[in-house]
Amino acid sequence: MDIRKFLSKYGWPLLLAALAALPLVGLVGPGFSSHVLITILLTAAMAQAWNLIGGYGGQVSFGHSVFFGIGAYGAAFAVCVGKTTPWPGVIVGALLAAVTAVIVSYPCFKLKGHYFAIATFAVVEIFNRVFMIWDWVGGAVGLDYTILEDGWRNFTWSVDKRGYYLGALALFALVFTVTRVIERSRFGYYLRAVREGQETAESLGVNSTGVKLTAMALSAFLAALCGAFFAQYNFRVDPPMVMSLDMSMKFVLVAILGGIGTFWGPLLGALVLIPLQEYSRAYLAKLGSGVDLIIFGLIIILMMVYQPGGILGILTGTKARKARLRARLAAEGGAK
Amino acid sequence: MSGELLLEVKDIHCGYDGVPVIHGVSLEVRSGEIVALIGANGAGKSTTMRTIAGLMHAASGTIAFDGADITKVPAYSIVARGLAYVPEARRLFSKLSVRQNLEMGAFTVKDRGEVAARLDRAFRLFPVLKDRAGQIAETMSGGEQQMCAIARGLMSNPKLIMLDELSLGLQPSIVEKVLETVVEIRKQGITVLLVEQLVQEALEIADRGYVIQTGAIVHQGTAAELLASPEVRKAYMGM
Repeated sequence: MDIRKFLSKYGWPLLLAALAALPLVGLVGPGFSSHVLITILLTAAMAQAWNLIGGYGGQVSFGHSVFFGIGAYGAAFAVCVGKTTPWPGVIVGALLAAVTAVIVSYPCFKLKGHYFAIATFAVVEIFNRVFMIWDWVGGAVGLDYTILEDGWRNFTWSVDKRGYYLGALALFALVFTVTRVIERSRFGYYLRAVREGQETAESLGVNSTGVKLTAMALSAFLAALCGAFFAQYNFRVDPPMVMSLDMSMKFVLVAILGGIGTFWGPLLGALVLIPLQEYSRAYLAKLGSGVDLIIFGLIIILMMVYQPGGILGILTGTKARKARLRARLAAEGGAK
Repeated sequence: MSGELLLEVKDIHCGYDGVPVIHGVSLEVRSGEIVALIGANGAGKSTTMRTIAGLMHAASGTIAFDGADITKVPAYSIVARGLAYVPEARRLFSKLSVRQNLEMGAFTVKDRGEVAARLDRAFRLFPVLKDRAGQIAETMSGGEQQMCAIARGLMSNPKLIMLDELSLGLQPSIVEKVLETVVEIRKQGITVLLVEQLVQEALEIADRGYVIQTGAIVHQGTAAELLASPEVRKAYMGM
């Protein structure tokens, strides 16, 4: 079996096994590098959740921080107001996010392309304002965790990050596995068909609105799980932290940087962007705040100009070009 | 030639964003026929097709297919009733393979065996597609892409297939080849409604024709009558 076939078949489970083994060999502990690892896994999961509807479905949503936020609030609400474990809040939050996604997206899907993207911007602002003044969920102050006992029951660890690492890994595995299954299913084809041409898909009998809404609901559900993790990891939640355009951008940009509409893109994007962001924030802070964001922005601009296919586009670009050329030559040869 | 009435369009009016494009088009297609809808660029041919296919809806008038009213039915469920639409300019899923494109055409079918049987039929009708099954659609020639688009339309096993501007962007010898396949499709018992700017070529294979001009039907008759009609010859064939 050649290496490419092997990777395409076993690459994913092998990667998961390797990542799961990291704590066993003592590479994950309380340190900063563990924080970076956890953030990479979380961000990759977020970008992949977005990628389902934004990449495979071609509906560029800037509204994902809303779903992320609802998930974060779900967990925090259960802990801070409900005085229980986060788990019921995680489930309820994710379901609420899916329902919200359907209700909000239904009118937005009447719009196409850029207009859809712009409408989702507005959605973020609306939710941000509502949560700012909604005292029941803490208003602008947000919800602060009290000190909880460490462990899986509370999904809280005060010093050692191994628990969080495994949690992030589980989340990452879930989102990526769901994506892989969808990518290779009939539904995945329909989703890409809608992206390639909504009218054509309709005239083949695809209910494009139904397909988009299903993908959006699933995407929002997974994004909300990421949000819940985020709240648990930071011990607090407030509206600007989770429901903001900044947060929405993270979903979009990581996927675009890595390679939009591809399986590995979100992971590649997070692998490049997160270490850069975390280390520049740690080491370049003396240059003033926001240096990390400047670097972030520069990379995105360069990528958009030179390789819209993202990092994956750079890695596979020349190969794909050659393959296309070969195919064209073969087609012309055959036509003669 | 005159089977039972399959498609009946009665006095439809429609337009884009309130700008009227079609002012009262009526036409009929009987089962087993090849009917051509011909006319110049911008006459409203494609708008008529799109309205029948359910991609847009008529402001007034009715469309009946196979005995049922489909005037307000959305496009995706019209396909399931046996009316397929092959859009203008092919609109293949350019990054998918030929086989995947064809499989997309059988969206409404859940039975894998049935899909395979239809795929087989498509390959028999268009042998060139069988050779190209694994090829990415955008890398094929224009004529092959058009065949792929027709074959994709046939995958839903329609009673009536509507073909929008098959000749678009194809060289004359290829147009002829593609139109030959239309005759072949009818032999399989599938009724065809054809939209064309190439009036002569379309009428040569059609049984009947409608001439549409600025959103209204101005002539109709058998293909032979239209081919012989001085107005049609003068306006569309430059004779």
